[in-house]
Amino acid sequence: MKVDFNIDIHHLPRVEGHGDIRISVKDGKLADAKWAVVETPRFFEVMVKGLSAERVPFLTSRICGICSISHSLASIRSLERAMQITPPETARIIRLLAMHGETLQSHALHLFFLAAPDFAGTPSAVPLLQSHPEVVEAGLMLKELGNELSIATTGRATHPVSLVLGGVSKAPSKQRLAEIKQMIADRKPMLDKATEFFKTLTIPDFVRETEFISLYDGESYPYIGGDLVTTDGVRRDENDYLAMTNEYTVDFSTSKFTKVSRESSAAGALARFNNNYDLLHPQAKAAAEAFGLKPVCHNPFMNNVAQLVECHHLVADAEEIIDRLLDDDLKDIKADYKPRAGAATGAVEAPRGVLYHYMETDESGKVVKGDCIIPTTQNNANIHYDLHALAEQSLAQGKSEKEVEKLCEMLVRSYDPCISCSVH
Amino acid sequence: MNHLGFDIEKLKIGSFDFTCCEGCQLQLANKESTLPEFLALLDIRNFREISSERLDDYDIALVEGSITRQDEVERLKAIRAQAKVLVAYGTCACFGGMNAQKNKFPKEECIRTVYGDKQIDTMQESHKISDFVTVDYSIPGCPVNKEEVERIVVSIATRSPIALPKYPVCVECKQRLNTCLFDLGEVCLGPISRAGCDAVCPSGKTVCLGCRGPADGINYDSFVQLVKDKELSTDEMNEKLAFYNGFTEYLNHEG
Repeated sequence: MKVDFNIDIHHLPRVEGHGDIRISVKDGKLADAKWAVVETPRFFEVMVKGLSAERVPFLTSRICGICSISHSLASIRSLERAMQITPPETARIIRLLAMHGETLQSHALHLFFLAAPDFAGTPSAVPLLQSHPEVVEAGLMLKELGNELSIATTGRATHPVSLVLGGVSKAPSKQRLAEIKQMIADRKPMLDKATEFFKTLTIPDFVRETEFISLYDGESYPYIGGDLVTTDGVRRDENDYLAMTNEYTVDFSTSKFTKVSRESSAAGALARFNNNYDLLHPQAKAAAEAFGLKPVCHNPFMNNVAQLVECHHLVADAEEIIDRLLDDDLKDIKADYKPRAGAATGAVEAPRGVLYHYMETDESGKVVKGDCIIPTTQNNANIHYDLHALAEQSLAQGKSEKEVEKLCEMLVRSYDPCISCSVH
Repeated sequence: MNHLGFDIEKLKIGSFDFTCCEGCQLQLANKESTLPEFLALLDIRNFREISSERLDDYDIALVEGSITRQDEVERLKAIRAQAKVLVAYGTCACFGGMNAQKNKFPKEECIRTVYGDKQIDTMQESHKISDFVTVDYSIPGCPVNKEEVERIVVSIATRSPIALPKYPVCVECKQRLNTCLFDLGEVCLGPISRAGCDAVCPSGKTVCLGCRGPADGINYDSFVQLVKDKELSTDEMNEKLAFYNGFTEYLNHEG
């Protein structure tokens, strides 16, 4: 059957920020498919100019309301490397626990409240409160656990207070850490239950080969710093971030596109999984096995499953980190430093993938140049070309306009895009 | 919904975002332990970030973000036309927020630095929403404090008076028995900034940057004198005062 239709989803719901899906079909054939970001830019790279280095993480954390800890730590890492500051080991561990809290919170928000309604066929998670109360409750309890970790380690769930150059300004109390450890023990069964629920969902069958990028250090699953690697065998130093991004603009998007060796690349949970499978906690590997998820997986819808697998890793690893902190006197948390001129990149694995901040300082410790490349920016081209391939595959399978529209929405949501972050 | 023996109608609410990080809307889904009770007060008609259902019969509009492009002005005015009560939600909506740190750079420089030769539509300044529409209530904060949001939403639902604390952050900071950051040699905006955040930043041993704007009846000159008496940097003070755009009237006085 030859059909003509246009899919024009203005401000796609259940994602962070403002992006449009535009698909045009003529005579039953795909004429055009676009991922068009229409978000307003805020110009962070300009705002950091002239700002004191110590104030920068408090500015850049505001790039994103979901992954503010990652932005704060990317700026801190770039500025510490630029000004040759070495944070104490205790601070390094506290920061890692903060990242775990943020990633758990972000993954739970996405999986249970943004993505799950697609699979259940509801407009939001609110109707799921009636139909699947135990799943929604598990989602809320895991999100709360993530937030409690962030609050204990940084003072607040969104826009961290105590992450500063040189370390952290305040250590979490041991009493609070012990309480959170208990909370983890209590909530692990909920994660297992939620995993059973996600196993009952049908993940769309779609594959488009791509190049997955992430951090890698060969010692632990990546969060803060490391080499930049891809599944195509590229490996570079953290400071070589420009060679990993090659940003360019397109006329239909206020968010830039990037690429490495192919026309597009992908960052995020699935990319981390594909590059670092061996470094996952055994409990997370067991979860992956239950879904048949193995590296290298090229189905973008499996990013949802990779996030769930990472939740298992985060919870298990957080328990071990808390034990280390409970054995620590938590006194050596901040290094003294003097401002100096320098330049460096700070790379971290934000919930949605590898995030780069590059900062240059002058002798007085003021920033003279800044650059931020966001995970979702590094996914834009992949989303764009995936939409094209998915729409073509769906039309070849004889799917209706409504089915194509729903699949395309689900595809974009699988990337868990953080759009205002990507435009910044 | 029953409150003290009275039936309360659910609030038909819409939540909208403009130029921002969406972190304030995210707070609506935080504080998970009281979330079911909080949601029981609300009939969510329009909230793109969490629901695909978009209905335009809301009475209360929470508006997050600052205004930086003309199409946002039109969208904001349409929301104002529909809403019986419009709330400026978060520091960006209330004051222009940290987005306004770009205001001191010409917009051509902003566009060239980030996009090179690509054409980008943006205003010279990041505006607070009251530059374009009448605002009924303001809930400042970067991000907003969910406890305060809960209190205000309950007040709207029960038709009780709504007020923000008039006193400065120092009051809450002292209640938490923190060491004063001025005594540790730092310029903190706690003495002149509006409380209601439970002094979350100084309690984490970092300075208040005034995200909630000025408290009522502040003695700004005396604050500047305090910074000078302590021999602290007025450049640093000015950088902090400009951080969230909440103190523009005072900064202009200072020249």
